[in-house]
Amino acid sequence: MSSAVEQIEGLTAQEYKYGFVTDIDQETLPPGLTEDTVRFISAKKEEPEWLLDWRLKAFRHWQGMTEPTWPNVSYPKIDYQSISYYAAPKSADDKPKSLDEVDPELLATYEKLGIPLEERAVLAGVAVDAVFDSVSVATTFREKLADAGVIFMSISEAVREHPELVRKYLGSVVPPSDNFFAALNSAVFSDGSFVFIPKGVTCPMELSTYFRINAMNTGQFERTLIVAEDDSYVSYLEGCTAPMRDQNQLHAAVVELVALENARIKYSTVQNWYPGDKDGNGGIYNFVTKRGACRGKRSKISWTQVETGSAITWKYPSCILIGDGSVGEFYSVAVTNNHQQADTGTKMIHIGKDTTSTIVSKGISAGVSNNSYRGLVKIMPKAEGARNFSQCDSMLMGDRCGAHTFPYLEVRNKTAQVEHEATTSKIGEDQIFYLNQRGIETEDAVSMIVNGFCKEVFRELPMEFAVEAQKLLGVSLEGSVG
Amino acid sequence: MLQIRNLHVSIDGQKILRGIDLDVQPGTVHAVMGPNGSGKSTLASVLAGRDGYEIEQGSVTYNGQDLLDMDPEIRAREGVFLAFQYPVEVPGVTTMYFMREAVNAVRKHRGEEELSAGEFLKLAREKIGPLGMEADMLKRAINEGFSGGEKKRSEIFQMAMLEPRLAVLDETDSGLDIDALKIVADGVNSLRSAERSFVVITHYQRLLNYIVPDYVHVLSEGRIELSGDKDLALELESRGYGWINDDVVPQAVAGV
Ligand SMILES: Nc1ncnc2c1ncn2[C@@H]1O[C@H](COP(=O)(O)OP(=O)(O)OP(=O)(O)O)[C@@H](O)[C@H]1O
Ligand SMILES: [Mg+2]
Repeated sequence: MSSAVEQIEGLTAQEYKYGFVTDIDQETLPPGLTEDTVRFISAKKEEPEWLLDWRLKAFRHWQGMTEPTWPNVSYPKIDYQSISYYAAPKSADDKPKSLDEVDPELLATYEKLGIPLEERAVLAGVAVDAVFDSVSVATTFREKLADAGVIFMSISEAVREHPELVRKYLGSVVPPSDNFFAALNSAVFSDGSFVFIPKGVTCPMELSTYFRINAMNTGQFERTLIVAEDDSYVSYLEGCTAPMRDQNQLHAAVVELVALENARIKYSTVQNWYPGDKDGNGGIYNFVTKRGACRGKRSKISWTQVETGSAITWKYPSCILIGDGSVGEFYSVAVTNNHQQADTGTKMIHIGKDTTSTIVSKGISAGVSNNSYRGLVKIMPKAEGARNFSQCDSMLMGDRCGAHTFPYLEVRNKTAQVEHEATTSKIGEDQIFYLNQRGIETEDAVSMIVNGFCKEVFRELPMEFAVEAQKLLGVSLEGSVG
Repeated sequence: MLQIRNLHVSIDGQKILRGIDLDVQPGTVHAVMGPNGSGKSTLASVLAGRDGYEIEQGSVTYNGQDLLDMDPEIRAREGVFLAFQYPVEVPGVTTMYFMREAVNAVRKHRGEEELSAGEFLKLAREKIGPLGMEADMLKRAINEGFSGGEKKRSEIFQMAMLEPRLAVLDETDSGLDIDALKIVADGVNSLRSAERSFVVITHYQRLLNYIVPDYVHVLSEGRIELSGDKDLALELESRGYGWINDDVVPQAVAGV
């Protein structure tokens, strides 16, 4: 009777296929975090004084903060002194000027990951900024983008080449003191991407960053900043993987988006960090702060995320809707299997008039995992005519996993309209059998049913990403669904 | 093509089928009638390979192979089709995508080329038209929001697409209006051929006016109590099932 469940569990047992370790010369800072660590990182990057001060301020603030305990996840206490806060491929000292100069081992790694760095990138029209552990190793298509006036480079470079822009916007959406992990990130962030789309420009291609944690015992603290000026548009993709390690690794990123008048930013993530083994050993702690500010009128920020990896996920990509008529969207698929835990969702803060937000969250839990949606919709007093629609659906595979929904609603303007729908369903043996009876095998049936469940989110993803996301879903749930 | 021998099946320790014998020859249509709860759907499910049934005794041979030993998807690819009494909804998966995967799974199994999107669409249009459905239906999620009648017609559409060798129709006529009933019957009749066999489960003799069976069987309390030709259905219509267990009717050898 329970063969569906057994199959689900069998599928779950599938191996993480990005778990290889790249053997390259690394320069790694010994574990520990003091002011000197912060100074070291800043010096290593030849940062200006203001940035060092900014980091130190964040660090001092962080020292007085405590880790949040409200998420519906549990993990042993993290010893922040046992983590190394900087690791870089050695060859980064004389940074490659073109792809030919990039360590071939590194390129091979990216190839294994299926990252379209070279020809494939051209075909797919993707420009890639690849962050390996702490530093950005190669940025492609820079020239073509430069012609359009788009700036796309690692944030360390941006600090050197466009200090005024970085200084103006860095921390303006997620202040260094925002939360424990954001403060930590502000103190020790190593690299990340910087994107600037000038007024009136539609970015000629999808921009993309792949993050990879390779070194052992290192934390990854990248920082992404995207600024879209008036009437501009950009679509940005982010993908992540990490090798399999028995120890947990910390990933505490900060992403800030700024959309000015009429600007549109579409930010898509496929997160596939190592989830740990089937007994819950190892895996990434993914504690991320992502927030976008719709500062201009009619601006729009759209977050789409497919979260399949990480041992623990704690992230709430949010929108602050300041400009009148601005739009915030959050489309999310979060899959947990085995011992994974996810507490994810969004915050939509309506400040301007006629602001609208849409939340579509699909949680899929298998194994003995725990999957929580946590979302806040806040309508401020001046947000006349604000509207929100939220839909949170959970799908359970087997009966040992958990799905939870924590919607928070604060409405301080009477003209606002807020709608919330939530469903919980079990993947049905009868659905699987129905598809089986038409000749479709169980694994495909499950992936079809799950993909159908996630459809509203997948259709928000750029095409290539949608395909990848569907595959990933199959892999993450392998052995989990009958 | 199909030989069921002394089939005993239970669910959770409760006996449902108590010794079914049935032979289905290629090209024949067998109607199976019988009171509610007599085990008709159970028999259909066991043939299709649904989980959760315990086969206590007996065998089922399909084209010389042990049917009970095959996974449900293999049975389907080998040509066993079940039109469900209660077709399930699968949100977000279009009928088009579903059927294309299904048709191609079957074709692959048979060593045939998979159909391209264009070829598939053409075939689907051909098959859906006569069933009185719009091709737009293909874009809707599987059975989602379908009316009862639409669900049944969709089952017949799927059957037409998959071209099975043995089709088991479980109360496909229930819930259909007269016009739809004729459409469905026409759909079935157009698929009748010398190689293809049907097991038609129904409560109503009326359907058998349109799909004229070669044999009629009465399933009662997990056994085929009586078999005959199409006139048996007429007799059942007028007399009900009550007399079957009372009268001592020599059990005909089911449909040879
Ligand atoms: N999953 C199950 N668990 C327990 N009992 C079941 C299950 N499925 C069927 N049964 C029982 O088996 C018996 C036969 O059911 P079945 O659905 O085969 O009858 P049927 O002849 O198709 O009836 P109907 O004409 O109402 O469709 C019934 O008593 C039913 O309650
Ligand atoms: Mg029935």
